[in-house]
Amino acid sequence: MLKVEGIHVYYGLSHILFEVSLEVHPGEVVCLLGRNGAGKSTTMRGIMGLNPPRQGKVLFEDQDLSGKKPFEIARLGLGYVPDDRRVFADLTVAENLDIVEGVSKRKPQWTRDRLFEFFPPLAPIAHRKAGLLSGGEQQMLTIARALMTNPKLLLLDEPTEGLAPLVVKTLEEQISSLKEAGLTVLLAEQNQKMALRLSDRAYVIDNGSIRYHGTIQELRENDEVRRKYLLV
Amino acid sequence: MDFAANLTLSALGQQILVGLSRTTILFIVASGLSLVLGVLRIPNLAHGSLYMIGAFVTYSVAMALGGGAFGFWLALIVAPVLVAAVSFAVERGIFRHLYDREHLMLLLFTFSLTLVFNDMVKLIWGADYRSLSPPEVLKGFVTIFGLPFPRYNLFLLMLGPVVALGLWWLTNRTKIGKIARAAAVDREMVGAVGINVSRVFSSVFVIGCFLAGLGGALVAPTQNITQGMDHAIIIETFLIIIVGGLGNIWGALLGALIFGLTDSVGILICPQFAIVFPYAAVVTVLLVRPKGLLKSTW
Ligand SMILES: Nc1ncnc2c1ncn2[C@@H]1O[C@H](COP(=O)(O)OP(=O)(O)O)[C@@H](O)[C@H]1O
Ligand SMILES: [Mg+2]
Repeated sequence: MLKVEGIHVYYGLSHILFEVSLEVHPGEVVCLLGRNGAGKSTTMRGIMGLNPPRQGKVLFEDQDLSGKKPFEIARLGLGYVPDDRRVFADLTVAENLDIVEGVSKRKPQWTRDRLFEFFPPLAPIAHRKAGLLSGGEQQMLTIARALMTNPKLLLLDEPTEGLAPLVVKTLEEQISSLKEAGLTVLLAEQNQKMALRLSDRAYVIDNGSIRYHGTIQELRENDEVRRKYLLV
Repeated sequence: MDFAANLTLSALGQQILVGLSRTTILFIVASGLSLVLGVLRIPNLAHGSLYMIGAFVTYSVAMALGGGAFGFWLALIVAPVLVAAVSFAVERGIFRHLYDREHLMLLLFTFSLTLVFNDMVKLIWGADYRSLSPPEVLKGFVTIFGLPFPRYNLFLLMLGPVVALGLWWLTNRTKIGKIARAAAVDREMVGAVGINVSRVFSSVFVIGCFLAGLGGALVAPTQNITQGMDHAIIIETFLIIIVGGLGNIWGALLGALIFGLTDSVGILICPQFAIVFPYAAVVTVLLVRPKGLLKSTW
């Protein structure tokens, strides 16, 4: 479904990603693990066209994304949940979802009302300004906003970062039911515990290069990789 | 109460009304400038030129149709629409290709537009000034506070709240308005959820320029329509949005109120130095609140 083929991504002059390749198949949850600063977010930004790769390419459903603008990439069916959440703070919760309505021409699976059912805490605060929400609520809203584009694949960048354990647990359950509903997910995480529980396969990134990939079982058994590149 | 005190009070009341009608024009033009600045993050220096074009077009359309009421009302619609059409062509033709360039490029581009527009006005209308009288129903005076008050100013006075309400509706109740508010703060994220930001920019730019044209059309019967009226308004409206808070439409309203009222009350207190009053007010506000009165999107 998603094929990243040897991409090199830069911020201005600094070369951040080196020859990163990865693949996500339909219905899978794949995690991208790595320490802070390893290049997880940059990989996501490269895929979304926010920092277009200078070499290599990204294929989504066999379509080359090179040269496409982020909004075109989103419309093809990639939902993006950035690590810093970035809700539209001046807009209400409902407005955050409304403005995304109808951007994809696909038959909508998600509507505002369905999302409020799926994320119950959002319903009673529909008319509150998004900037006033708690971290957990903002995270739900960002995921809801991405789902509103009716994505086929969701790019989830550290959804649990900085959240209280109880909120993390709720989010994990929600992501897990999205998976059961058939959504494909690429999940960037430092939080190994949760990522390993949710995912089918894992990639490990460090210093801008993929160092390892394998099934979750294989990674669990590979202490060396985990010690070297991840916080254990 | 003796006669003199009575006169001063009613004169003050009258000057306040004059100030408020001037506020309408300032608000319309400043809100357009602020909208473009807030969402596209470009200080459009050509905004004043579009205002001037609006005034000249209003004159020409009204005259071409015989100078009567029908011509005037039609001109009030045609002029801003024409200004909007010109800005649409400029935006789609050139401007949108520059959004990714550095800020200075965009600023220089809008500056070059002022030069082009000014020459265009010279070519089409020459160097002479024009004047236009309001339609029959808005000519003459009504008596308010025992003093004559121009009907046309009363019309402007009533139009102000209508425009303010319209802008509130546009930014809070329409999809494009909500998207514009989101894009003002985080345009990258607006794109990343599948919204074509460039189209949004185009619409906002055109709406902002429409407001410049509308301001020019409305001001046409109240003053001489001349080369140079673009300079005056661009300076005033920039000060207004700086005082109110960059990118904040209600800030534009507040700034226009301050500017309009101090200007007209100043005329009453000290006519020789009237022009000093609004600028003094601006300086005072900025000393107390350097970022402007209301929340800026910058
Ligand atoms: N906007 C930026 N400009 C320059 N360098 C950046 C920028 N964002 C991130 N980096 C650098 O890129 C590297 C990878 O960062 P990132 O992809 O955010 O890592 P991760 O998401 O895995 O924590 C880091 O060394 C970081 O300092
Ligand atoms: Mg990150």
